[in-house]
Amino acid sequence: MKAGNSDTIAAIATGMTSSGIGIVRVSGDEAIAIVSQIFESKKQGFQLSEVKSHTVHYGVIRDGEEVLDEVLVIVMRGPHSYTAEDTVEIDCHGGVLVMKKILETVIRYGARPAEPGEFTKRAFLNGRIDLSQAEAVMDVINSQNEYAMKSSVSQLKGSVSRKVRRLREDILYQIAFIESALDDPEHISLEGYEEELLKKLNPMIGELEIIIQSADNGKLAAEGIRTVILGKPNAGKSSLMNVLVGEERAIVTDIAGTTRDTLEERIQVHGISLNIIDTAGIRETEDVVEQIGVDRARQAADQADLIIYVVDGSCPLDENDEAIMELIQGRKAVVLLNKTDLETQVSEAELAHKTGQTVIGISAKEELGIDRLERQIQEMFYQGSIDFNNQVMITNVRHKTALEEALNSLKMVRQSIADQMPEDFLTIDLMDAYERLGTIIGEAVEDDLVNEIFRKFCTGK
Amino acid sequence: MPFVEESYDIVVVGAGHAGCEAALAAARLGLETIMFTVSVDSIALMPCNPNIGGSSKGHLVRELDALGGEMGKNIDKTFIQSKMLNQSKGPAVHSLRAQADKQEYTRQMRMTLENTDHLTVRQAEVTEIIVEEGSIAGVKTFSGGVYRAKAVVLATGTYLKARCIYGDVSTYTGPNGLQAANHLTDSLIANGIEMYRFKTGTPARVDKRSIDFSRMEEQLGDERVVPFSFSTDPESVQKEQVSCWLTYTNEKTHEIIRNNLDRSPLFSGTIEGTGPRYCPSIEDKVVKFPDKDRHQVFVEPEGLYTNEMYLGGMSSSLPEDVQYAMYRTVPGLEHVKIVRNAYAIEYDCINSRQLKPTLEFKAIRGLFSGGQFNGSSGYEEAAVQGFIAGVNASMQVLGREPYVLDRSQAYIGVLIDDLVTKENHEPYRMMTSRAEYRLLLRQDNADLRLRAIGHEIGLVDDETYEKVLLKERQIQEEIERLERTTVGANPRVQEFLKVHGSTELKTGATMAELVRRPELSYFMLTDIDEKRPQLPFDVAEQVDINIKYEGYLKRQQQQVAQFKKLESKKLDVNFDYSEVKSLRREAVQKLNLYKPASIGQASRISGVSPADISVLLVHLEQMRHGGRS
Repeated sequence: MKAGNSDTIAAIATGMTSSGIGIVRVSGDEAIAIVSQIFESKKQGFQLSEVKSHTVHYGVIRDGEEVLDEVLVIVMRGPHSYTAEDTVEIDCHGGVLVMKKILETVIRYGARPAEPGEFTKRAFLNGRIDLSQAEAVMDVINSQNEYAMKSSVSQLKGSVSRKVRRLREDILYQIAFIESALDDPEHISLEGYEEELLKKLNPMIGELEIIIQSADNGKLAAEGIRTVILGKPNAGKSSLMNVLVGEERAIVTDIAGTTRDTLEERIQVHGISLNIIDTAGIRETEDVVEQIGVDRARQAADQADLIIYVVDGSCPLDENDEAIMELIQGRKAVVLLNKTDLETQVSEAELAHKTGQTVIGISAKEELGIDRLERQIQEMFYQGSIDFNNQVMITNVRHKTALEEALNSLKMVRQSIADQMPEDFLTIDLMDAYERLGTIIGEAVEDDLVNEIFRKFCTGK
Repeated sequence: MPFVEESYDIVVVGAGHAGCEAALAAARLGLETIMFTVSVDSIALMPCNPNIGGSSKGHLVRELDALGGEMGKNIDKTFIQSKMLNQSKGPAVHSLRAQADKQEYTRQMRMTLENTDHLTVRQAEVTEIIVEEGSIAGVKTFSGGVYRAKAVVLATGTYLKARCIYGDVSTYTGPNGLQAANHLTDSLIANGIEMYRFKTGTPARVDKRSIDFSRMEEQLGDERVVPFSFSTDPESVQKEQVSCWLTYTNEKTHEIIRNNLDRSPLFSGTIEGTGPRYCPSIEDKVVKFPDKDRHQVFVEPEGLYTNEMYLGGMSSSLPEDVQYAMYRTVPGLEHVKIVRNAYAIEYDCINSRQLKPTLEFKAIRGLFSGGQFNGSSGYEEAAVQGFIAGVNASMQVLGREPYVLDRSQAYIGVLIDDLVTKENHEPYRMMTSRAEYRLLLRQDNADLRLRAIGHEIGLVDDETYEKVLLKERQIQEEIERLERTTVGANPRVQEFLKVHGSTELKTGATMAELVRRPELSYFMLTDIDEKRPQLPFDVAEQVDINIKYEGYLKRQQQQVAQFKKLESKKLDVNFDYSEVKSLRREAVQKLNLYKPASIGQASRISGVSPADISVLLVHLEQMRHGGRS
């Protein structure tokens, strides 16, 4: 059974490992048409739309002039595909950023980001998955969704969600004003309103453009290897931070013009992004474990892709260390024996034995051994022993798509004003922008508009 | 003890705007119908404002007319002023509103009812519903009479345990001092129906002779009146109209109100019912919007044969003396004499989510309801529900499939879907912003949208239906002609464009492309469109709108296609959602509370997420193949 009349969805189908090999999967009626616009084969007169089902093709993915990656493209026509829809898989190897770019390009050409569990859902609804597995399918949908919701909200920077919220409020106010006038034309007049709206609209458009730019720079969500630095008070965690965040290494700060209120720092280590989680206070106080408590440390460690454990080599191991060592059992971690410039009371061998992890001796103060740490991280990444969460990246693409659509809608409003469209047409695109922005912060529309009308405007007989 | 016992196909309880439409629909479909009212003199009463229509309500009336209802025809016979609102805005929000001669409106409707075959009008208070094994079996009246029926439509309006209040005075009556219905609520509760208590209000009626109109702005009707009903000859409604008048409250009015708030039953807590936010009393407005230094007051005639005038915008439940004092601060009302006081009214209504989209109670087969009883407000909202309830009661008796209009088909669909799907804590009023596909749901195309359905129901005759088919064809042909017809950049055309402030042509263009230009329209292009056929105005209007707004219309049509997919997936209203293990707990609770009739309806329940909908889809698929649940 071919499931016709469905929109086309896309997502990164594999976990994004450091090896950088992965698949972008596109499924739906337009899948082949969309990919054929960005795929280029060296073969003369090659047309993706004409190839046989279940064939593999070599070529490049282009976004306009720019070649994004060398790829293998696999075409599977419905119903003989996982989802029973026309499906194209793009095998790429250029690394996570390239994969993300390919996904963004596919979306720009007409696909939309897949909802969590949507491939599985389609596969089931199109009869590709055995009925006996229905419950498993439902669980996949729900768990993936819960995970995505959690990560979507937690990964969005506070300042971004605040801005999005404010924009939405402003947009809703304008819609409510127009609508109250439409519902009650004898009480509320729209005379001269379009000029007013333009004055409000232009700064909104400007602000959205800035947020989208920051998304391009990866500042929208916390992308990268989620890293936690643990260690007892005075072990040297902030010195280590200071060294890592040295002059030649960029700290990624928040969007221009906002306060630095984030709970993370971004550090580049040989081109690999580390996201240091929960650093609030790290620079002010050394007492992280004490301050946030073992429970919080455990929580942070649970969320982390990588743990850096700093040990104060100048004093003996104590119960704090025991607690941390327990925490990092079986986790991806690097143990740093700090203060090797002083007389050490702890040996590398002892630590290695106790933790089962790689131990590197450093002196954060004298900046010794830092290059070894960086090499170690790089190695772990390329060997694939640190894997980072691809949901973050997908979330980021989803957010960016929503922001761009909201921006387009606001521009449409501006165009409609220029075209002298009646006011009731303006609210269509304003509402569209409002809804799109709502998906970013996880808020549905429900009865917002009607409530706003009654709250803000005096209507009725 | 001997008592009266009669048998009918359908019993309608109430003779307001909902009851009238329900009874007429059923009787016209050939079913033996009896309609009860506490007073035959109060049939189709307009106890509040003297208008029919208004923004989005005008849409409801036109839709009802297209389906074969009576309201549009009745107001066309009895209006004394008419206006098309929002004419400077887009076609989707144009809306008709007419001032009615209230008494004449009642008289005409009563005449129609009394002359409809199969319809009996009966004055009596219904005090009980008779339910046998989960199905309705009839009703009982105050005098003990038993009226057995295959289906019952409840349309009791604001009469259930009604109480009218102003200041510290309150009377247990329905609107206008009419007898309340004090017993039926108990019977409904005994049958497991959940009741709410709502409140609404109305302003004073005053003596025309005591008003100084020279201090007010005159509000005239439209020069060319558009009838509500698609069946009314437009020429028949071009008649002399009466004026309404506009004046304003001022700081002095507001001061009097503020100084007497402690005497208002709304603020002192005497009134427990929930009032509508969109129809606030003047004291509500003054409190909620302290920055506004004036509020509009529309002074509207109640009819041709009365001096009573309605003070639109000044509904109140303040004491009599305060009413006098505040009204007399308003320019033109300095010496005003009150005929009837303003008052608030409280009444029992149901929690409407107990209903299916067919307006049948989920728990009692054959029991339907419509109008303010369902927690809505307004004559028009009531009428359309009454009609749908009456039609579906009839369909059930006839053994036919019920009719449910969805949100993409009609404002009626939006109204009913909202009532049965959303949390509703105040009398529900139709608003144009509630209709997400409103570009498609215009008052000008209600006949094109709904005549076919009315015809299929059996309330639109063949001849009327064929007229719509012809209209459809003419519209289509003319649009195609305009898409085909090209105009060259000849001097006559360029001159025409210049005169109308439009960019001159560089190459040829189709006529349709010119219609799309903001500064031009189909009607304006007559001069350069040589082969244009003679078409009726309503056809030309559709051609203009369909070409001019094509892009937007297509967009909404695409959204509708998406919407329909979920709407067509039906759910069992008796299903227990706790059987679906993967649903979140909140979703299970909400779904079990609302028992939606389709996946689409489920998706609109607050607290049900898109992932829950996906889970439901998977579950449905599993059930469809007979899998275990």
